[in-house]
Amino acid sequence: MPFGTYKEVMALKAKDGKIAGVSQDGGVVTALLCYAMDKGVIDGALVAGKGDKETPWLPKPIVATTKEEIIASAGTKYTISPVVAVVKDAAREYGLDKIAVVGTPCQIYAIQKMRLYGVGARHVPDKIALTLGIFCTENFSYAGLRTIIEDHCKVPIDSVTKMEIGGGKFKVKAGKEVAIPIKETHKYEQEGCHVCSDLTAEFADISTGSIGTPDGWSTVFTRSTKGKDLLAKAMADGLFEKKSMDEFKSPTTPPAPGKKPIKTGLDLLEQMDKQKKDKAKKTFDERKALGLFVTPEIVY
Amino acid sequence: MGLLDQLKSLFGGAPKAAPETKAPETKKEVVAPKKEEVKVTKPKLAYVHLSGCTGCLVSLADTYEKLLDILGAVDMVYNLTLADARTLPEGKFDIAIVEGGVCLQDEESVKLIKETREKAGLVVAYGGCAATGNVLNFARGGQWNQPQHESYVPINRLVKVDAYIPGCPPSPEVIYNFCIAAVTGDTEYLKPFMASEAGGYHCGCDLNTRVIENALCIGCGTCAASCPTRAIEMVYGRPSFNNIRCIKCGACSFACPRSFLPVNKIKSLLV
Repeated sequence: MPFGTYKEVMALKAKDGKIAGVSQDGGVVTALLCYAMDKGVIDGALVAGKGDKETPWLPKPIVATTKEEIIASAGTKYTISPVVAVVKDAAREYGLDKIAVVGTPCQIYAIQKMRLYGVGARHVPDKIALTLGIFCTENFSYAGLRTIIEDHCKVPIDSVTKMEIGGGKFKVKAGKEVAIPIKETHKYEQEGCHVCSDLTAEFADISTGSIGTPDGWSTVFTRSTKGKDLLAKAMADGLFEKKSMDEFKSPTTPPAPGKKPIKTGLDLLEQMDKQKKDKAKKTFDERKALGLFVTPEIVY
Repeated sequence: MGLLDQLKSLFGGAPKAAPETKAPETKKEVVAPKKEEVKVTKPKLAYVHLSGCTGCLVSLADTYEKLLDILGAVDMVYNLTLADARTLPEGKFDIAIVEGGVCLQDEESVKLIKETREKAGLVVAYGGCAATGNVLNFARGGQWNQPQHESYVPINRLVKVDAYIPGCPPSPEVIYNFCIAAVTGDTEYLKPFMASEAGGYHCGCDLNTRVIENALCIGCGTCAASCPTRAIEMVYGRPSFNNIRCIKCGACSFACPRSFLPVNKIKSLLV
């Protein structure tokens, strides 16, 4: 089943101007975390904080306990933020009881595995209150990201104000806007991503990402009762503008001769999801054939 | 097929795996069997304490009121710290949970682990010391009050081990889940602990050889969070080991989502 199990899917955009100004797309993660914090559903969130001056755009996993910290961490950073590393600190040093975790699909399954098999996570599992998953096709090492930006896009990394991936391009805003074909970046993807079958964070309470919706909007899945209830409350309190995914359906007109049919909305997401799953299966088999250890059950 | 036979075939990795009775959907609904539900006889369990710090037993007790679930679900036939019996019972029993490594210079310890293996249906190496040697790897002897006690080995050096629970100590949650799964026959949950599986034996080094060297690491940071000695620091999205601090408890490797990924079990969490 594409996208894993889910309860609802919709397109959302946060109404709060403060969030819309800093967020990557629809501001769903930032707005939901702030809302959950206000309502006491969570008392802290593990997020990818901004990097420091020496290593711009190298995220630092932080335990955010205020809305200001959450908003300051908004926006996607296209390199690894080992967010699970701080979960025990959040439970012990920060003394949090209701922790939200924002992560890529692989990080969400790490957290979920920890809830079941957390040998080294004493009294942590019951403190995970909410998991928010972010769509992910693959990730770059920091040096890889830096190479893409400085060697391929040819802008200094510390001048970059935003980066995004969409429409087959990797785009950076740094005074001027530079876009390079996404193909150029493929070789910098971290190898571990190639055995991953999960694009849409299939194990999170709520998962969200830009694929399938136009600029400024996010595609959102609710997957658990907890996630569905939280989002329903947020909707009732007028946090988001909502559209049905039906509005972004692929055009029904046949493509121009010689062109591929244009896919949008959930069709596009499904296509990319399938590509990721197929690639994972292929890589898995290749590794097996080489006699290497590959994570059992990772291809599902 | 009885529960114990099921577990045995599971732990023994027998090809004709028991036709699994449907595992319970969520572990939450698994509570101590109420009196009228007890149809199977409670498994007889011995807690064998070798050379260890009792931290594993403390962790077992750290399950708070859930400890009562565990104690209610088994028949504790031997546990030096918690029960009266001073020696292993006569005849066979079902499960031996072994804490601590074996001191080779201590005749009693060697005898006890051998006797445990003979009498127990299943031997579970519980915690780092029993499983991998853990901090005992660094013992060199020459200390009061038994200076001749110089080498301590994980129990699999001397006997066959059916399952491993790594960690120093294993968290109370995992112990609880393991015990309840063993009693209710949730073989799917138990699988990763089996000696024959990708889980099973784990040492800190396995994280490097199995995951990182095989380009499977995705930098999630689970290993760093799991480490009891903070021997792992995430540097540019990869674990960096402080080998002097590592006690080889195996928690990082076991917790790593790339060592094994229990997809079906995770699915059951999403309700």
